[in-house]
Amino acid sequence: MAIAKVCGIETEYGIQFGGGDGNPITASSMLVNAYAAEVDRRTRWDFEDETPGQDARGFAREGSLPPAVETHLANTVLTNGARYYVDHAHPEYSTPECTNAREVVVHDKAGEEVLRRSMRAARSMFPDSPPVVVYKNNSDGKGNSYGCHENYLMDREVAFGAVVKGVVPHFVTRQIFTGAGKVGVETSALDRRAVSFQISQRAEFFEEIVGLETTLKRPIVNTRDEPHADPKRFRRLHVIVGDANLSEISTFLKVGTTALVLAMLEDGALPTRELNPADPVRAMHHVSVDLSLAEPIHMVDGSSASALEVQWELLGAARDYATERGLEPVGGKAVATAVLDRWEAVLTALEADPSTLANQLDWVAKRQIMEAYRERHGCGWGDGRLAALDLQYHDLRPERSLYARLGMERLVSDDEVLAAVATPPRTTRAWFRGGCLSRWPASVVTANWDSLVFDLGTDPLRRVPMMDPLKGTAEHTAELLESSAGPAELLERLSS
Amino acid sequence: MPERELKRRTAPERTEPVVTEEAPATSERGEKLKAELDDLLDEIDEVLEDNAEEFVRNYVQKGGQ
Repeated sequence: MAIAKVCGIETEYGIQFGGGDGNPITASSMLVNAYAAEVDRRTRWDFEDETPGQDARGFAREGSLPPAVETHLANTVLTNGARYYVDHAHPEYSTPECTNAREVVVHDKAGEEVLRRSMRAARSMFPDSPPVVVYKNNSDGKGNSYGCHENYLMDREVAFGAVVKGVVPHFVTRQIFTGAGKVGVETSALDRRAVSFQISQRAEFFEEIVGLETTLKRPIVNTRDEPHADPKRFRRLHVIVGDANLSEISTFLKVGTTALVLAMLEDGALPTRELNPADPVRAMHHVSVDLSLAEPIHMVDGSSASALEVQWELLGAARDYATERGLEPVGGKAVATAVLDRWEAVLTALEADPSTLANQLDWVAKRQIMEAYRERHGCGWGDGRLAALDLQYHDLRPERSLYARLGMERLVSDDEVLAAVATPPRTTRAWFRGGCLSRWPASVVTANWDSLVFDLGTDPLRRVPMMDPLKGTAEHTAELLESSAGPAELLERLSS
Repeated sequence: MPERELKRRTAPERTEPVVTEEAPATSERGEKLKAELDDLLDEIDEVLEDNAEEFVRNYVQKGGQ
């Protein structure tokens, strides 16, 4: 039986600061520190190999030092269980652990709201600085890419070789509904003269099938082995091929279909037909530029299938899997059935007339606006206004965001998203992490995915391990948290 | 090719593809869509960054994963 697909998304946001001359590390730190100060978050991220209590990094000081003096490793944990920090030269938001695709959509959208609030907080904290503007996309159009990574809990028993073989067909072809779309080409992987618009922002940046890298020679399957959980039982599949989506449908399908593929992989229920491309990297690039969605991909056994056909095969297997094994590991019947139904509806529409999905999928929406814009202004695909329009689709400022103007279909409500800015999912250990942080912020000195460190003002610091992502849920700990008068009582009851 | 059959087997409930002709301007749906897009384009002209070329040139993102 497949294990529960605990999952989440970490997004590196693009930023614009000081007309291009601004230091991106400073700008990212301004966002994270201003937000942390506003919500009074002092708990630092715990880097496992460092001594808790002696690590001064990531501390959000109230009252503010000048941004250049602020540590560039701003790194904090929020009451919703998320991690918000500066990674390389970008602000990065990691959602708390979720157990289904719908929860991930809620928390991914909550992340956008945190970034919007950060922009406002930075404005008031640093009124003399130029504003920092945040974009949820994956490339700057000049050959620089930044990631939107997904994470899925997997059974350690499954050999990694089997994981690679099992996921490549999906990772090469799922972009037909997860792509965020972009104008032009920015690497040597594709012919600039032949391509005006791509389905995926990210696809052309992949150069290997398997590997550890994330910043160069990016692999379709990333081998980072850092489970943030009991390493004897679990693996965390770190998925780096995805585009950052604004469309809720795209995020929902991205996570929902991938969780299903991984559950099928663990249970030996993937399609028997050969769906592994002979050249997966090339196939990935070509799927991104095949707007007909119909061109054949050549498989290792000499057969061929289009990206759509590969997706139909995976959906067919997932339907069978749902009937035979049930949907418990992928978030339960209600959500997973909605994933299956939406998956089928979207494939059907992509096959018949992709333009009917302009209110559902990012790449289709963006392409439609660009085509209309080109027609109105009589401009070619190389026109700077189209590149500007492309970037502005992803602008998180409500008054500038083109995505926000499209009125695309929603799956979750604003109320749910706003609640998730402060409240964790009930279904994972994020509940315990967030609950402790909101109740006793002064006593939790550091936190990370698999532990919390308490300072009770006496004795040595106390570490509470959370090696199972499915323990520490609301069901397990809500009563304990509510009835403990303080952290000392909580720890006493936990150890008794 | 066997793909056709496989597709039908894996997706039995699908309805037949509807219109594949590209003639949106003549259909009612097309007219409505065009009107909506026109409104949207008016808005886009208002919010699009003033100096598109410079805005795009300045958008550089190094150090990403």
